[in-house]
Amino acid sequence: MSGIPHDHYEPTTGGEKWLHRRLPIVGLLYDTIMIPTPKNLNWMWIWGIVLTFCLVLQIVTGIVLVMHYTPDTELAFASVEHIMRNVNGGHMLRYLHQNGASLFFIAVYAHIFRSLYYGSYKSPREVTWIIGILIYLLMMGTAFMGYVLPWGQMSFWGATVITGLFGAIPFVGETLQTWLLGGPAVDNYTLTRFFSLHYLFPFLIAGLTIVHIWAFHTTGNNNPTGVEVRRTSKADAEKDTVPFWPYFVIKDLFALGVIFAIFFAIVGFMPNYLGHPDNYIEADPLVTPAHIVPEWYFLPFYAILRAFTADVWLVQLTSFITGGIIDAKFFGVLAMFGSIAVIALAPWLDTSSVRSGRYRPMLKWWFWILVADFFFLMWLGAMPAEEPYATLSLIGSAYWFAYFLVILPLLGVIEKPLPQPETIEEDFKASIAKKKSGGSAIVDPTPAE
Amino acid sequence: MFKKLALTAALTLSLGTGAFAAGGEGKVTDYQFSFEGPFGTFDQMQLQRGLQVYTQVCAACHGLKYVPIRTLTSEDGPGMPEEQVRAYAEQNFEVYDEEIDDWRPASFNDHFPENNAAGAPDLSLMAKARAGFHGPYGTGLNQLFKGMGGAEYIASLLTGYTGNDKEEAGTILYENTAYGGYYSMAQPLWGDDVEYADGTEATIEQQAQDVAAFLMWAAEPKMMARKEAGFTGVLFLTVLSVLLYLTNKRIWAPIKARAKEDS
Repeated sequence: MSGIPHDHYEPTTGGEKWLHRRLPIVGLLYDTIMIPTPKNLNWMWIWGIVLTFCLVLQIVTGIVLVMHYTPDTELAFASVEHIMRNVNGGHMLRYLHQNGASLFFIAVYAHIFRSLYYGSYKSPREVTWIIGILIYLLMMGTAFMGYVLPWGQMSFWGATVITGLFGAIPFVGETLQTWLLGGPAVDNYTLTRFFSLHYLFPFLIAGLTIVHIWAFHTTGNNNPTGVEVRRTSKADAEKDTVPFWPYFVIKDLFALGVIFAIFFAIVGFMPNYLGHPDNYIEADPLVTPAHIVPEWYFLPFYAILRAFTADVWLVQLTSFITGGIIDAKFFGVLAMFGSIAVIALAPWLDTSSVRSGRYRPMLKWWFWILVADFFFLMWLGAMPAEEPYATLSLIGSAYWFAYFLVILPLLGVIEKPLPQPETIEEDFKASIAKKKSGGSAIVDPTPAE
Repeated sequence: MFKKLALTAALTLSLGTGAFAAGGEGKVTDYQFSFEGPFGTFDQMQLQRGLQVYTQVCAACHGLKYVPIRTLTSEDGPGMPEEQVRAYAEQNFEVYDEEIDDWRPASFNDHFPENNAAGAPDLSLMAKARAGFHGPYGTGLNQLFKGMGGAEYIASLLTGYTGNDKEEAGTILYENTAYGGYYSMAQPLWGDDVEYADGTEATIEQQAQDVAAFLMWAAEPKMMARKEAGFTGVLFLTVLSVLLYLTNKRIWAPIKARAKEDS
């Protein structure tokens, strides 16, 4: 592996040498776990480990749940109740799996926003970023299909609404929708294929996670300063870094312990808080719920989907220019997918030569507005499709796109960045010195933290 | 940054349930139940009284098809003696047996029978299929403090009849303050509908709360085991976190000391 110069694994005993000549797997694991990691990583760099643990948690609980679950529209709901009532520890497995999905998304959003703030997506880490976005898309697919499996009212109607989005695509939409569902409407054939894919996708995520780690182990971690590790010599590199084991493994495990303690409190004391009561009613194709609402982690994008109604001038203009091919419904679908596509394009939309938001006085403001906008849209996604929520959704959506398509490209030109430290070592020492003086430094070098 | 993060997490959690605002704008009383809060447990006597109300009133129309009768013996539930439960099953319910192609008295291992007389929904999960609290502003934040409010909603519904009714498309609908409009079920409880063995006075409010508690147990029979597991998990993870914190501090100490010397 290229990258930061450091010591590599050397087989010493006869057995190690024998294996190393045939399969250098010990060396691979050693180099992975001993990777030089910037000393100055802060607490926002823990989410990778949390995400990895979430994936393991979901796969392990999921495999056991599958042993008791029945993917059949007549039996699915009852089999979940069987898990909740009769299977030993089944209620815990099910609640861990259900709330595990929420923890997974809390972690991934923290991880994504951390990257957006510290410019982790910027050159040379674009490939890591794109793979991350692919993982996120797979997570959304997995979570969506998993929510259908208990075959409650929201499962059924959520599936109907979301697959209906594909029906909005011109020309091929209806065919595509039928192909996805396996038939004309959500039914048993939909449930079985969703079940199959819900089991498959996590393993694709696991594979992509390995590529994700491979990519950023090649470029090295970003860090709060955005300044690169010195690669001039091993001695220089060692001034900026410490090996991942034990320094960051222990730090990350501590953070993981705290987060899982909170997670267990939620699972133990309020496991249905993040769910929807309607999903405790068995799916009934003849009764539409008063409000069909996706899970919380989809709400911001659901708000963007619904924001572009037929009375918005942009929608009318697009419809007119395309001769009605892009109608309001398809426009909404494009906007929803576009809102994620712009995140993927961030490395090429951001024109600033400075990586970390810490030294970008203007970006800081726009970034925190983006975070607020995300929560604002999340709230709007849960509100009924009526005024004033429709207009507010439009404003929220407009800012989302403006941040990536206008603000990021423009800031690189007009913003005057603050001075950055020469090296990571310098920043690390400054933060230690600051702590020593009781944090009473008059000039705060890291105002954003 | 950490503070912001905690705030973010709290916001995320609170916004997650905004959806419930949808379920009608009825008035739900925040009844106090013994099973509320992290350490709340079911009150066995109350569950038994609730079972009586269910059996003598609700069961006329509503089923409990996901609940096995044998679970009435559960120590974390009504905790009734096995003999009593066997007698209860036989005396109160009949089930259709495919093997003998006929109806027979229900046995210990049967589920409560299905029943949807006049379109009445099954009650097995009703206490989880309704939420009593939604606000403020549809954020669901007050559920953090009051709980989801499924049992409160049921009790409020049973006590919320105003006495007004109207006919709509051949069906009589009854005004209910908890539902926030006109509702298809006629008032089921009037006071003294059952005679409690433990001498508790069977007022409408008392019966409503008892049956709501019973339905909460029916919907979440493993609640006490779950809270115990949650408590154990939190305790162990907290201890583990403290140990990891100290370990982390210790291994980083020389690195930080060196940085301090140099600066």
